[in-house]
Amino acid sequence: MSGSRDAILGAIRHNHIQGEHPRPAVPLFDQAAPADLKVLFQKSLERMGGKILIPDVPDPMAPVRQAIVKPGPVVSCVPEFEGDMKITPQTKPTDIAPVEYAVLRAAFGVAETGSLCFTEKQLHVNTTGFLPQHLIVLLDPAQIVYNLHNAYQRPEWLQAHYAVFQSGPSATADIEGVLVHGAQGVRSLSVLLQP
Amino acid sequence: MTAELHEELTDPHGEQLDHGAASSRPLKSRIAEPQPRGAKIRGNRPVDQSEAANRFMAATEHEAMHDARLWDLRQKRDKEMHGIEEWEELRNLASGIKEHTLSKLDYYLELFEKNATANGIKVHWAKDGAEHNAIVLEILRSRGVERLIKSKSMLTEECGFREFMAHNHVEVIETDLGERIQQLDDEAPSHVVVPAVHKLRTDVASVFAKTIGSDPDNADAHYLTECQREATRPLILSAQAGMTGGNFVVAETGTFVVCTNEGNADLSANTPPLHIASIGIEKLIPGLNELPVFIRLLSRSALGSPITQYTSHFRGPREGGEMHVVLVDNGRSERLGMEKFWPGLKCIRCGACMNTCPVFRRSGGLSYGATYAGPIGLIIDPTFNVHKYRNLPYSSTMNGSCTNVCPVKINIHEQIADWRKTLAGDGEISPVKKVMMKAAGEVLASPVVYRASLPLGRSALRHLPHFMLYNKLNTWGRKRDIPETPKQTFNEWYRKNRKSQEKSQSEGENS
Repeated sequence: MSGSRDAILGAIRHNHIQGEHPRPAVPLFDQAAPADLKVLFQKSLERMGGKILIPDVPDPMAPVRQAIVKPGPVVSCVPEFEGDMKITPQTKPTDIAPVEYAVLRAAFGVAETGSLCFTEKQLHVNTTGFLPQHLIVLLDPAQIVYNLHNAYQRPEWLQAHYAVFQSGPSATADIEGVLVHGAQGVRSLSVLLQP
Repeated sequence: MTAELHEELTDPHGEQLDHGAASSRPLKSRIAEPQPRGAKIRGNRPVDQSEAANRFMAATEHEAMHDARLWDLRQKRDKEMHGIEEWEELRNLASGIKEHTLSKLDYYLELFEKNATANGIKVHWAKDGAEHNAIVLEILRSRGVERLIKSKSMLTEECGFREFMAHNHVEVIETDLGERIQQLDDEAPSHVVVPAVHKLRTDVASVFAKTIGSDPDNADAHYLTECQREATRPLILSAQAGMTGGNFVVAETGTFVVCTNEGNADLSANTPPLHIASIGIEKLIPGLNELPVFIRLLSRSALGSPITQYTSHFRGPREGGEMHVVLVDNGRSERLGMEKFWPGLKCIRCGACMNTCPVFRRSGGLSYGATYAGPIGLIIDPTFNVHKYRNLPYSSTMNGSCTNVCPVKINIHEQIADWRKTLAGDGEISPVKKVMMKAAGEVLASPVVYRASLPLGRSALRHLPHFMLYNKLNTWGRKRDIPETPKQTFNEWYRKNRKSQEKSQSEGENS
């Protein structure tokens, strides 16, 4: 409603705050970043309830196979691993609902918070990030940034229509502060550091 | 039920996990007790917060649990703060960024509108709650939507959105567990971040038994959470539209950001073909350089967790989908013009001021009878209705803790004091307070009378029987023991110890 738009903008101009309020410059706060970010990433991820899978050099996908312990459809969005359910251009968001495990690659990770960034490019269908029961995520250790300031310097924010930092599994503690994983989204999240 | 039942979740090293809203130590209610209900709302009559607070305090199990849980969140917040060297710098930046954006809000709103529109988002503007509701209903009706799934939003609480939609035959399903509990119990959220924090597990068991058919005798939090997941999922999959709020809006990229721990905003936004986001106009920030300042502060201040489990960024509709943003004013542009009260618009709704407030922790959020409870509520609610919420600015000890923990450095306790002055000036003051303030005013106005009254008050406090200090008129005495009174006033001590020494140097300076 253009009448309301003009009324709101008009009221804002009329009620202008007095004084100078310059835009502050925000530093990156990354002077103390360690050279190897893997250790900090793992620590932060575990704090948020995620798990790190132990790599297997001769058979890189073995940890992924071993992490799949429950029956049910597995969907894979990575070329390294074959699932038993394919995502096609016809796949609807709700089609992901029966999936037990989704195997994804994160665009990048954040050591400060143990976060993984997914955009529609990695998810293929956005609901792949949270409708499955469990997520298994591949992350290239070279794609870990130190903190959130560094993270928001990445190009993904200007490319994707949807981008999410997922930090551990879905969680709630709305009942007496008792932590429960799998409130609405995934019940578990495991990460394999794999270039 | 496929619940994975664990009492406490641990990390791979056996340490108890306490991310999100989880308690850092087990806090389990011991007895079932009827849940005290919130303030009695009587039209436009002033809300009696202390009446509702008394009933909450009388429910000792609820009060003890509420107090312990929120204080634990405050302590978790302190621990996080100590882990970040630049914490104070981040608070200064957050405050400065918000002040800058609010000072050019018209420019940033137009910039957001331009960028979001270019990315395929349809932007709407609503003057107030009624217009917001009408806009959303029109979008839903024209697409034949009968069921809407929704993530938590304080703005839609402001707008009375759920009641409006129920009246217009659109089924609204809240997907945040705490908010869903409150919806099923037909109660408003009591806290901006943990909406059902005033309820015991037994209260939740009884609500779920009545509404979603769980076992009334099973009050295990894992079981109850799982029941809700199983009951809500089919509704999520069959909804024709989804709705979220927005925590931050980035003008330069046309992005809005939603923070949840459950992933329910992502589900609500991405599962149905239509996504509507309702966002207050004060949520704007300039660009992506500013965003991390707020993401780093929000969950740490709210829950003592480094980040929410899900931080979701929406910049345009997905392929084949449709996305709308409704920018809502509802009194905010007017508040910009209130010289003393505009800094309240910096609020990022973290709830840290509630967690730290001794009044909030002991009286429960529903006692305030308003959308916003706790210290931030005391300074925001009167801007919506000065008469109805005229008593709220008195529900504070003025200890200033709210101001100290605020991540965007709102001078909350100073604004509470300013509201008391403003209300008194407007004649919005209750009769009891008027009598007491008049007496206090006469005493405080005259230094001679004031000095004379002090030793009297002191000896009275020491000798008065308990029932006279802790009576109904003195709301201060409730749940609080008055500190031991000193044997002499400062002035008496000073005269005795120092004045004689100084007498020769500065005669009469201490009078």
